[in-house]
Formats: sequence, structure tokens, C-alpha cells
Amino acid sequence: MTDRVGASGDRVGSVGGLPPRRLVDDFVPPLILEGEHSLCPGCGEPVAMRSLVETVDELGLTDRTIAVFGIGCYTAFSGNLDLEALQALHGRAPSLATGVKRTRPDTMVVTVQGDGDMVNEGLAEVLHAAARAEAITCVLLNNGVFGETGGHMTATTVLGQRTKNTLDGRDAARHGYPILIADLIASLEGAAFVARGAVSSAGEVARSRRMLRRALEVQAAGTGFTFVEILTMCPTGWFVEAAEAPAYLQGRLAEVHRLGVLKDGASGADGAPVAARDGAR
Amino acid sequence: MSRRLVEGAEAIAGAMVAAGCRFFAGYPMTPFTEVLEHMARLLPPVGGTCMNAESELEAVGMAWGAAATGTRAATGSVGQGLSLMQESLSEICHARLPLVVLNMARGQGDYHQATRGGGHGDYRHIVLAPADVPEAVELVQRAFWLADVWRNPVLVVGDYYLAHVQEAVDETPIDLPPPPAKPWALDGSTGGSGAAKIVSPLGTAKRGDPSFVEYGQHLEGIGERLAVMEAGVEPLVETIGIDDADLVVVAYGTPGRYLRYVVDELRREGLGVGLVRPVTLWPFPTGVVAAAAERARAVAVYELNTGQMLDDVRLAVLGRRPVRFIGGLSFDSSGFGIAPDLDAERLADRVRRALDETVRTGVPA
Repeated sequence: MTDRVGASGDRVGSVGGLPPRRLVDDFVPPLILEGEHSLCPGCGEPVAMRSLVETVDELGLTDRTIAVFGIGCYTAFSGNLDLEALQALHGRAPSLATGVKRTRPDTMVVTVQGDGDMVNEGLAEVLHAAARAEAITCVLLNNGVFGETGGHMTATTVLGQRTKNTLDGRDAARHGYPILIADLIASLEGAAFVARGAVSSAGEVARSRRMLRRALEVQAAGTGFTFVEILTMCPTGWFVEAAEAPAYLQGRLAEVHRLGVLKDGASGADGAPVAARDGAR
Repeated sequence: MSRRLVEGAEAIAGAMVAAGCRFFAGYPMTPFTEVLEHMARLLPPVGGTCMNAESELEAVGMAWGAAATGTRAATGSVGQGLSLMQESLSEICHARLPLVVLNMARGQGDYHQATRGGGHGDYRHIVLAPADVPEAVELVQRAFWLADVWRNPVLVVGDYYLAHVQEAVDETPIDLPPPPAKPWALDGSTGGSGAAKIVSPLGTAKRGDPSFVEYGQHLEGIGERLAVMEAGVEPLVETIGIDDADLVVVAYGTPGRYLRYVVDELRREGLGVGLVRPVTLWPFPTGVVAAAAERARAVAVYELNTGQMLDDVRLAVLGRRPVRFIGGLSFDSSGFGIAPDLDAERLADRVRRALDETVRTGVPA
């Protein structure tokens, strides 16, 4: 990692509309390309994506990793990541990842999808990839809304959550119940590691990073399918202030989509889901 | 040269493996199923992978991923399954990936799907339509080469007859120039270099890369490339007697094979009929059809649908000669696209009637 202080080493003042002061410990995280991005203030997705690429970097997997992206807000951010990338259609990333891994078994293959992409459009793809025990890591950025379209209900939207097409909140009688996808995947024999983290606090980010690390280690060992769901903030799609979004995540989403390691087959699971919810704390 | 009596589906699978195909994904549906069975048997011994995909959507997605690593990959189905794959096929064109796709169709109702596509946006596939097993073996090998050269999917259209007929086939691989290198193929190795590769239908470079263009420009570039591809691919076509025919019959695939026999027989009787059999359906052999029509008094189109290639023939003839449709739907009860109309005597009657009408009402020779 490289420190990036102002070019001449001096501090830049932040008064009078000047650029904000740069701190001496400012740095560009590894594998993040500087440049524009189009994500909203308070969005949790870049935090999760940074956690992922930093984990790849820490494990020394940079020059053998291929990332497969779905379609969502995070898609454009894939261009800011210095990892080889394959862009999939909405819902289909696990299928493409299967083709990549089967023809390049020496690579590490990671998919990044949102909840609309994975749990709505592509539920079959991720479940079949897990059942086939594909040696890939699927990462779900779950914020409970279609963020890119402006905040519409997905299959993971929690009951009571207001979206643009559930204006009075998601109602079980009218809109059905949310799918707890990590729990569903943990029940499949082909899944070797399943965990659900969040990026709502520094502590949760650190825990999510440990989950990602474990998932990649299990992928490298080739013992099965690995899955990390990360709850991310979407203040724009939740219609809350950016500063309120972490509390909204903890109080609403994480109450339904419970955080923790659901399955770690490589450490002696008997196939039963929810082995140790707090194992990665 | 060694020739072997072999069923079409097995011969097609063998030709794919001979052409270097090392990844195949499919979902069973007759008459595509038989090709899938042979690929499942043939690929593992040569280090390849055959995936029993859980749906056609997954099959084309898996093949897409394999193609992105530079592996010669193929998938396929019948027309119904191809309908499911259209969204992906369109995106694969926009991502500039080579792929071979089989449509072991039920009848000929998928001509529009094959040549126009049912997907979104501006894209085309190169489409090859063999009439018999030896031709299928050659075209399948050519398909992989064309896909690599043009970085575009190539569709090979067959049917139940082609899958199940047994013919003597020379399985020696055909000579083709070496395929171009694939510097775009993903293997993970450029990660962290500051210029990690991307394979995407949304563009072929990341922002900051010297070759980066905005999405709109990328699509415009794809459009320009389509014109270059259309002009650069020489359409294959078979002709019989088009120099002296009053009536030129146009037919492709299995019906083209029947019409080849019928036209030969009628010419032996002294009738002024000829045949144009497009082997490449896109780009369509417009020039050959137009030239044949110019020398004849009328054109007749036979296909096992309600008139789909008819559009391309009319676009080639541009109203200079009458174009008669003498084909139509024909199915037995199996649902596999077996056509009672594919009978030499019935077809000869249709051609005779069209010729009579041409002589009676057509423009003077």
C-alpha cells in the first residue's frame, strides 16, 4: 500500500471551497483505481467491494483472480477495481463463473451480485452453483432494494420496509415474505462455507473481511461452494439520511437477515445449517 | 482419408471435439439431446468439460464464461431453448466473444430467430445451415474458426433429420488457417498490473485505459463492426442449373437436400428448373440469388415454415422477378419436426406447378 500525501507533501486547506484537507494517512487501497465513480454518499457497496479486493490482495491472489459482476449499482464500480473482470447479465453471474472456473481451475473466481440480481432474477443460478459444489465464491451485496432503479422491492426486502412499490411497507399478505438466501444455501450439501456479514460499522466490516478471507481459503482448498452475503447500506433506496443508514441496517435488515457464520463445512460441519452463527466474531 | 458410417449427432459432436472445442454445456431437448450425450462422452477423455446445465439460461451462461477464458466453447438447444438464450446471445455479441451455438431445430420455424435474432439491440450471428452429415462435419469445424476470427457467435442450424441420419463421413479434420491469438482472454494474471483486463458487453476497457470508450461509442463501434463482418464473410452457397432455368428454387438445410434431388430429376426430364441452396444464412448469399433470378423468369422458395427466408429472397430479388412461396408448415405427430411434405414426389409436384404458372404468367424468358 502506498501513502498518497499531496504531491509536494503539503496539506491543502479546506476553507473557502478549496478541496478538503488530505490527511497524512490518506492512501489509495490496493487494487482500487482512482477515478470517478457513480455511487451515492453513504452507499455500503464500495466498502464491501474494497473489503473483497483487500482480502484478495492480503491472500496474495491478485494475479490469479477473476471477478464476475452482475448488474446493479456496483457494476460501474467494477471499472475502478484492478482485478480481471467478466461482466455478466442480471442474474447469471454464477453460470459464467462456472464456465470460467471449469476452464481455468487454477484461478480464484469470485462473483459480485446484488439482491435483485441474485435472489430475484438469478435464484436458480446461485442455488444450482451451490448444489454443484462449484469451487467459486459468490458474494451477495444485500441492501433489500433495487438501488439502481431508485428503491424498489426485491425478494430480500424485509416486512414493513418502505420501497417505491411498497409505499406502506412490505406487507406479507400482499407481497409475500423475504427470502433468507444464505440460510437457503447453507442447507445445500455442496455449500462448504456460508456467512452473512455487514458493513454498518467498523467492527462489522472487520468481521465481513474475516468471512471473505475464510471463503477464499475454502475456495483455494477446493472443498465446495462458498458464499458470503454482506448487508450494505442504501440510504437513497431506503429514503433515510446517509448517517442514519447503518442504524437502519442493524435495526431492520440485520434483525431478519441474521449476521454470522451459518456453515463452515471445512471445520467439521455435518451438513446441518446454522452451525455457529457467531463463529466469525 | 478414412470414411465411417456415423449418425449425424455423433458426427457433429466429433467434429466439435476435432475442432478443439473443450467446453460444452447443454440442457436435454430432442433432437439436441443426442449431441449433448455424445459431448458428455467425448470431452472428458480429451481434458474437456461437458456441463449438464440446469436450464438453457445456465447453459449459455456457462459457455459464455468458458469462452471468456479463450477456450473453444459451444452450447445449443432446439429453437425453444434458443429462445431462452437470446438475451445472453445478444450480450455475448456485444462482449465480442467467440462461441458456437447449435440449433438442432424442430422444422424450419427458427429462420428469423437465427438470422435476425430474438435478443435486444443491434447484433448478428454468422449462421451456417448444413444439408447433410458430411457438410455438417465441415461447417462445424469452420464455425469455430469463424467465431474466433470475427469474435462473434456462430450458429449452426440442423434438425431431427441431420441428427439421426447415418452417412459415410470423412472425419479427418479440415485444413483451416491458424486462429488468431486471444490477448483479451481472461486468466487472472493481469490483476494488480494497473490495467487488469475486462470482458464486458458494456465496453472492452476500464475507465483510465487508453482504449476506453463510453458505452454509447462502444455500441456504435459494434454497429460498424457488423457491417465489416457482413462484407467480410463470404456466404457459402450451392447452385444447380441456374444458367438456363426458367424457375429457380431456393431452399436450405434438409429441405434443400430434398430439392437438390428433385431439381436434378426434373432437369433430367428436360424441365427448366434450377436450385440455389444457401449454406450460409447470414450473411445471406444475396448476390447469387439476385444473379440467378435475373437469368430466370421467376423464383420459388421452399421452406418448412410460413415463409421466413422468403423475406431475404425478396430482398435479394427486389421485385425484378415474381417470387412464389411453395413451402409451408408440415409436422407429423411426434413434435420433433418430421415433415410428411418432405417427399420427393410431393415436392416435385409443387415445383412443377410453380413452373407451369411461371411459363403461363411469368415475365418472358
